[in-house]
Amino acid sequence: MTTTTTYQQPNAQGYYGKFGGAFIPEMLHRNVEELKSKYLDIIYDPGFQKEFRNLLHDYAGRPTPLYLAQRLSKQYGTTIYLKREDLCHTGAHKVNNTIGQILLAERLGKKRIIAETGAGQHGVATATVCALKGVECIVYMGEKDIERQAPNVARMKMLGATVIPATSGSKTLKDATNEAIRDWINNPVDTHYIIGSVVGPHPYPDMVARFQSVISEEIRWQLKEKTGSELPTHVLACVGGGSNAAGAFYHFLEEPTVQLVAIEAAGHGVHSGLSAATTQLGKPGVLHGSKSLVMQTDDGQVVEPHSISAGLDYPGIGPLHAHLFDSKRGAFLSATDEQALQAAFNLAKQEGIIPALESSHALASLEFLKPVAPKASEAPVPANAKFTKDSVVVVCLSGRGDKDMATYMKAMEEK
Amino acid sequence: MNRINDLFKRKKNDILNVYVTAGYPKLESTVSVMKALQDSGVDMIELGMPYSDPLADGPVIQASSTQALANGMTIATLFDQLRDFRKQVYVPVILMGYMNPVLQYGFEKFCQHAADAPIDGLILPDLPEYEFETEYGPIMQRYGLDFIFLVTPETSEERIRKLDSLSTGFLYAVSSSSTTGKDKDMNAVENYLQRLKSMQLKNPVLVGFGIKDKPTFQQACQHANGAIIGTAFIKALENTADVEGAAKKFITDIKS
Repeated sequence: MTTTTTYQQPNAQGYYGKFGGAFIPEMLHRNVEELKSKYLDIIYDPGFQKEFRNLLHDYAGRPTPLYLAQRLSKQYGTTIYLKREDLCHTGAHKVNNTIGQILLAERLGKKRIIAETGAGQHGVATATVCALKGVECIVYMGEKDIERQAPNVARMKMLGATVIPATSGSKTLKDATNEAIRDWINNPVDTHYIIGSVVGPHPYPDMVARFQSVISEEIRWQLKEKTGSELPTHVLACVGGGSNAAGAFYHFLEEPTVQLVAIEAAGHGVHSGLSAATTQLGKPGVLHGSKSLVMQTDDGQVVEPHSISAGLDYPGIGPLHAHLFDSKRGAFLSATDEQALQAAFNLAKQEGIIPALESSHALASLEFLKPVAPKASEAPVPANAKFTKDSVVVVCLSGRGDKDMATYMKAMEEK
Repeated sequence: MNRINDLFKRKKNDILNVYVTAGYPKLESTVSVMKALQDSGVDMIELGMPYSDPLADGPVIQASSTQALANGMTIATLFDQLRDFRKQVYVPVILMGYMNPVLQYGFEKFCQHAADAPIDGLILPDLPEYEFETEYGPIMQRYGLDFIFLVTPETSEERIRKLDSLSTGFLYAVSSSSTTGKDKDMNAVENYLQRLKSMQLKNPVLVGFGIKDKPTFQQACQHANGAIIGTAFIKALENTADVEGAAKKFITDIKS
């Protein structure tokens, strides 16, 4: 197996170290091969870049602010910036990728868009860009998630998308992904599949990472304006599949002084049996077209993860992140449901910002990274990952909390 | 003796390969269903190893996998069931499954146990040719297991030739780009099968996906060495107390 020379770029077969590749049935070969042979030429065409950048600016609301969170900084005794992806149109970073992919689909001549969604954020971001371009949109969503996420189902429908329940297997995100892949197999000519995270067969992980890399591209120049240096000491981001983390890390991957910290969802606790901490619990395996770390039984059946945050509730992780974990380039921590809730309420009170539950996991890790951490993360914290009073810490605030108000209200009632 | 090569040497046409999920409908059905299929005149059996996330399969076969997993089927259990099965089943048997459970079992150990059974070949639809050539193919070859690649109407001629050169046993022609269990327009499929035939490939060709009854089987056999039936057979086993009887009736109807 050939290895990569950089963290940013997978090799020609789509491998980041040991992870990646394209484990797809022959029925998908033509579609994936077409994408693989064309995506870089299309994305880096000046006309594409112009339209992509214009839409990010005028439609999605970029650049998103890099906000110096003064009260939060004081609380933790260091300098903390929040990258405000929560201020993007549709409420999260997901739209960066869907804008990129809808423009790509247009240039591939595809007339029909399919997507999978868990909590519905990626489904909404996909339905949004399909409305923008007047293209048919079909979103697969687990039957259980449709019940749990009614407001996002309504948003997708209002945007003109067809939401199809995934009724197979465990009826959640992984099954919605299976159904979307099956749809693509059955519609090999006119359909483009907009995957929502840095998962799936090569070239999806690389392609989605490139579209999301605008996050770290902005962090670099924004930080330079504010501090005189492009490089923070730490970048923190939550990881389910890992798209906001890939975007926030991207332009720092080859900067060894920047400590990258990925925070997974520990659910009720890493070893509680109700967790989504894939790097802690997963084993190498193949899921949804790539080799990565996968939560599975000893017999190789994929298990259902748990997190209070639907966006982190995925039994795999993007191959780039599996490689960052394996090579120790990134520190992988995890926060429980309870720790994430506390972090959400803390940010609301300290800064007047209500974060998404996903992003709250990244905020929760500030507790573990303090020089003397009173709360131990369930994953051990490497000493060099901790911050000092002189650190410059960037937290990717990947989404806003509107969609999570029911959970937050319940938490307030229980107090 | 290679049972697959031996079969194609003896018989060039109308080869009937039937798919069944191991451990379906009951955990202990595996060998008795294979025996019933063989006794009804099936030429070859494709035995599915159930997986939680079978991407290339439609809802009927996935439901049978879900049932088999609920019955307690695992790869280890399957190899236990296959101990001594050759006393009863002499037709070629191919294991079909997905990479993840096989990797978890241990790829080499899996090949060793399959060869011990003895199984004749493997179909792993999500194992691509790059990984086959660089990593997994040599292991299968070491244990004498055939590996069967799939081709579809979307596969280019150059790629068909490549996959034919890598395949041993036979080549699996998916009748149209789709998951299993969808109805196909058989007339639209004919050009594609004719194209395959005119390429004079190294391997015999069996057609799968969309073959469900006597007319579709016969039509497929006009342009290929035979055909594979999966979904329609699984449906025939649903909700029946007499599994072996249902299997025999299904095959008899096709071969009559």
